[in-house]
Amino acid sequence: MNEANQSSQDLQAIRQYMEKSSRFISLSGLSGISAGICALAGALLAYPYIQGTKQIFINVKAAIAFAIGESYLIILNTYVFWIAVVTFITALLSSFFFTYRKSKRQGLPIWGKTAKRLLINLAIPLIVGAIFLFEMARFDAYVLFAPGCILFYGLALLNASKYTLQEIRWLGISELLLGVVALYFLDYGIYFWAFGFGVLHIIYGGYMWWKYERNIIEKEAQA
Amino acid sequence: MENPIYNLNKLFDSRVRLGIMSALLVNDTVNFNDLKELLQVTDGNLASHTKALEEANIIKIKKSFIGKKTNTNYSITKTGEKLFNQHIEALEKMIGRIK
Repeated sequence: MNEANQSSQDLQAIRQYMEKSSRFISLSGLSGISAGICALAGALLAYPYIQGTKQIFINVKAAIAFAIGESYLIILNTYVFWIAVVTFITALLSSFFFTYRKSKRQGLPIWGKTAKRLLINLAIPLIVGAIFLFEMARFDAYVLFAPGCILFYGLALLNASKYTLQEIRWLGISELLLGVVALYFLDYGIYFWAFGFGVLHIIYGGYMWWKYERNIIEKEAQA
Repeated sequence: MENPIYNLNKLFDSRVRLGIMSALLVNDTVNFNDLKELLQVTDGNLASHTKALEEANIIKIKKSFIGKKTNTNYSITKTGEKLFNQHIEALEKMIGRIK
């Protein structure tokens, strides 16, 4: 009996060491929830500009330049662009905060080989996607912005999922499906964007928190 | 019936060695500091285990310099891979047999 116990403990240790050494497991579900909330807030702020109830251009000069067809780089003079930048930064900072807190709790290093691998593999499709979407602005293809964001983000997650918790793979696939559907409902871009970056993040973040972190907190409360 | 306990390798008898082997099985190379952090052991303890595994031709050690600091990287050998996989299999059989 003891031998079996010892063996199963050894196997469990082997599995844990393999995970810890190859995957970034400190990713917190709360990071997903906070990023989702930031995205929803951003979408809400941007909504009136996109629907045309508020003037989208920051200054008249940009509006005129756009009217005469100089659309390239004009997006830098829109409110929507800067709302997007601020949303991205707050989402990034808040998700970093919760993941940092989880890694502290688990006594794991935040900046190691696994974190580096995760970030690099996440960043490559995202940077390419950002350049692509920016270039599309040259052709006034703004309607493809929302599906484009969702699709490139889905690819980035799928790519990075090999280096972190497995749920990220399913989040990536969900984003890809959503992005493809969004291609056929171009008028509803903002809704798809809010669903992909807001609702899906909150659902998956909540699930990951429930699965991995609920127990940590219960244990801490007992101790 | 063959008793799987014969396939349990004495070389992997400690928690530290299990950790070293597990990390090397799923990563091409792992450096000294990452292993130390993963296993939460002292320099001396880790070094003695890696040395023993190297002498048994289970792992390979490659030293290089990053500036003035030495960077020690470990990787698994073909023999090591085979032996450790056998060890895992034996552990699995041990559980199955007694259950």
